[in-house]
Amino acid sequence: MNTFSQGGIHLEKYKVTADIPSKEAGLPEFVSIPVKQHIGTPAKILVKKGDKVKVGTLLADADGIVSADVHSSVSGEVVKVEETEGASGYFENMITIKVEGDEVEPEIDLSSDICSNIPENPQEIIEKIRKAGIVGMGGAGYPTPIKDTLPEGKKIDILIVNGIECEPWLTSDGRLMIEKAEEIVIGAKILNKLFGIQNAIIAIDENKPQAIEIINKITRRYVGVNVRVCKTKYPQGGEKQLIEAITGREVPSGKLPMDAGCLVQNVGTVFAVYEAVMKNKPLYERYVTVSGDMCKTPQTFKVRIGTPIRFLIEQCGGFDNNIAQVVLGGPMMGNSIIHMDAPITKISSGVLLLSNEISHRPEAMDCIRCSKCVDSCPMGLRPYLIGIYTRNHMLDELKDIHAQDCIECGCCAYICPSRIPLLDFCKLAKIELRNKKG
Amino acid sequence: MITTLISNVLILGGIALLAALALYFISKKFYVKENPLSEKIEKVLPGANCGACGKAGCQDFAKACASCNREEFADLYCSVGGDETMQKVADLLGFKAVSKTPQTAVLKCNGTCENAPIKLQFDKIISCRLANQISVGQTECPNGCLRLGDCVKVCKFGALKINEQTLIPEVDESKCTACGACVKICPRGLFEIRPKSPDGKRVYVACSNKQKGALARKNCKVACIGCGKCSKICDLIKVENNLSYIPSDVSAEKYGEELVKACPTGAIVMTNNKKEQ
Amino acid sequence: MLKVSTAPHMFTPQDTKSIMRDVVLALLPAACVGVFNFGLNALIVIISSVASCVMWEYLTVRYLFKKNSTINDFSAIITGLLLAFNLPATIPVWMILVGSFMAIVVGKMAFGGLGKNIFNPALVGRVFLFISFPVQMTMWMKPNWKDFLNTEIQTGATTLGILKHIDASSSATSLTYGNSDLSNIPDYWHMFIGYTGGCIGEVSALALLLGGIYLLHKRVITWHIPFYYLSSVFLITSVMWLITHDIKYDPLTHLLSGGLMLGAIFMATDYATTPMTQKGKIIFALGCGILTVIIRLYSAYPEGVSFAILIMNAFAPLIDKFYYTRVYGTRKK
Repeated sequence: MNTFSQGGIHLEKYKVTADIPSKEAGLPEFVSIPVKQHIGTPAKILVKKGDKVKVGTLLADADGIVSADVHSSVSGEVVKVEETEGASGYFENMITIKVEGDEVEPEIDLSSDICSNIPENPQEIIEKIRKAGIVGMGGAGYPTPIKDTLPEGKKIDILIVNGIECEPWLTSDGRLMIEKAEEIVIGAKILNKLFGIQNAIIAIDENKPQAIEIINKITRRYVGVNVRVCKTKYPQGGEKQLIEAITGREVPSGKLPMDAGCLVQNVGTVFAVYEAVMKNKPLYERYVTVSGDMCKTPQTFKVRIGTPIRFLIEQCGGFDNNIAQVVLGGPMMGNSIIHMDAPITKISSGVLLLSNEISHRPEAMDCIRCSKCVDSCPMGLRPYLIGIYTRNHMLDELKDIHAQDCIECGCCAYICPSRIPLLDFCKLAKIELRNKKG
Repeated sequence: MITTLISNVLILGGIALLAALALYFISKKFYVKENPLSEKIEKVLPGANCGACGKAGCQDFAKACASCNREEFADLYCSVGGDETMQKVADLLGFKAVSKTPQTAVLKCNGTCENAPIKLQFDKIISCRLANQISVGQTECPNGCLRLGDCVKVCKFGALKINEQTLIPEVDESKCTACGACVKICPRGLFEIRPKSPDGKRVYVACSNKQKGALARKNCKVACIGCGKCSKICDLIKVENNLSYIPSDVSAEKYGEELVKACPTGAIVMTNNKKEQ
Repeated sequence: MLKVSTAPHMFTPQDTKSIMRDVVLALLPAACVGVFNFGLNALIVIISSVASCVMWEYLTVRYLFKKNSTINDFSAIITGLLLAFNLPATIPVWMILVGSFMAIVVGKMAFGGLGKNIFNPALVGRVFLFISFPVQMTMWMKPNWKDFLNTEIQTGATTLGILKHIDASSSATSLTYGNSDLSNIPDYWHMFIGYTGGCIGEVSALALLLGGIYLLHKRVITWHIPFYYLSSVFLITSVMWLITHDIKYDPLTHLLSGGLMLGAIFMATDYATTPMTQKGKIIFALGCGILTVIIRLYSAYPEGVSFAILIMNAFAPLIDKFYYTRVYGTRKK
């Protein structure tokens, strides 16, 4: 069984939605689509108030290289193009569309037939990926075309499709793998062709036997795509950990996966690549898990981008005063959100409704030097030391112990029996180191 | 017995002597020559190592002073020590001292718990800089004070503290040395270094909210709504991004009271230190 | 009102308090054996040691540090229990007060409290008493299961004391150590279940192992320190025993007698005073094992576990400085 060599923790999984088939969330009355759902520069807005749009119409064009196109996820009329409150409470530029009917752009192929005649020309593939506005759907939101265009002199020899969902509760990737298995395999083949390699590995963690079985069956028919089962351990789905688990290589400190000859893509991204290349379908919907211990009827949805979070929560039993915290993403790395009318974006993998019992952070006590943070850190860092150095502003020492290599997985803060906010100290250390450099 | 004693004394004494000699020669050989002038300058400096002068610390500043010429010296100023210290440094160098108006940090937010009620609860977030990344803040004002006190922690002079009634930080002008550490650390840039005006009066906009009027007012009673009434009183006042800015050269004596009266929300604040004293 | 907090949004159920509670629970079987063996005296020693440790902790925190008391984190109770485990049952109560003062105030609070101490507090207290009052600290009661009220107290040497004595009597200076000859060495089974003389808590290897297994199960300790400590002692003595066939090197006796089990499972695994990384812990444990054997066989004292652990405690910061985890991505090609 593949796994990474040091650290990691075993979490309670709570994957209650793992065996429930996903459902169409349906169409809300309004959708608000942010023009920046990725890392980089916001896209340039192409529409104005009063414009009629269809599903798949380009709303905003990528501005520069590090940017991504934004498409309409519904058909209707643009009612507002202005700063609207986002999930964290900050105002972002969004395009609000009033939903009228469900008319789709004509070139999009909505049939569920499997197409497997992959275009020969890599240039054509990358152009289609770019036009679909695909970004990394695992959570970082890095525009995929840049990840897929290798700089001069770099070479990758292995493509890893990340089907590991190590965060508790979330099952959106798991459901996607069960329901769209063949599409994902073809998506991997497309990326194989793009890089001219024959070596794609779909990594799945062992607690998804159904997905493993289905994909295993399909990969027998496709050369160059294989399944590798990984141990259920957090953070197995972290890019660096996964590369080590599958290939035994390490990404050098401060470098990118391609420096280790690897490329890691989330299954959601690979599925979006399939849809973009074979079906001409831009990225306008995604799988989202609504769950958490305060969720009455947890469910994985297929959601149009821009759908208000409240619309999903209402379908899952509604909002309740005992909910202490709403988290967008997983409980280990996700963010608390406050504004329920904010939209689902390309990178939101789940909405969790948490009770006070789960999410309550008790008062921090003194460090008892139990060394659990050191034992659990998947990067081999010493979080207790990062905490001490950050509190005392010892920047040179922080650099010496590689504080900037922290992947912010949260293992240290989860495991700390004294409830010291070690992850916060690591993040602060990174902020301070960055400020010092800049 | 007595021979044991004598031999012990001799051996130990010998070791001590050898060690002393070794230390003496090492200290001679590896002596680092420092500019005596810069050492003298360092002695008159406050020694806070705050970095307000733009140098790495007081020693660095002293070195810069010791090796500069007349023109360059005019650019060096220790805001912590103020004119008095700079006079001493200038005397040591034989240059003419630059005089600057003493300055102080000013908080451009008045989001007290009365003006801006808490709408969501922060659960043990340790730093403003982290809170700023993940959330708009307890008052839901995207430009307001986050109330977690990074500035208090960074202040080396004890000039800042969180007022327990209002929950926002307060500047103690008598202790503030205008080193600028709070300006640098505040993730929302709420601090500004402004001159302590000679007449003790100062007028400024205690708000940094760049939202449109209605939105700004939703979260805070004393938000600047960018109405521009103040800019009609004095030409120097500019309204940009729905936020008015009163430069420090607008005389508080002349316009102060008028400006405070004209502001419909009470975002403009005038301080009058003389009266308080 | 919704809450906003930084990630992560969930935490392990294990916290400082539950860890301390688990350690107390793990110590209970050994305490029971102690009371069973040495009767009322042992009970008095345990209770007074725990009570005085808690008292000293309360007094220092409340009146010296002027903070809210920290006694509810159970750590003083553990120190009290461990101190009592390291004392003979016949010790007078005032000595326990002095010992617990050394343990809590000097050994722990002087460094800043829980987690900041360099030396294991209970061992500081014990070693202080051991050096200051050698006579009272080496009056070992013979176990008597039927006599709870201690109507007749018999004292004798511990197993290690007897072994030491054999060594000593072969040279010219003979020590007058009770009635010690080879026939008084208990058999392995008695040593294992704890029907033998010694400190209150150290006699029963079985009870201590049970506690250790509980701690491993609850993930309070990792197996590294106990395993490497015990196996290094076992290996070194085995090699010597195989070479000399002398009974004083008998590896099983060394493993089962004296404070080795207690030290390896409960004292050398103390969080605050051991290195932070697994590599460091292994070095720490090996150091403890080697020092224990050296002290047991070649020094004037029959028992060396406390000294060995205290000496290695002093090295823990140094070990932390040189042995740490390798950061991912810094592999040399």
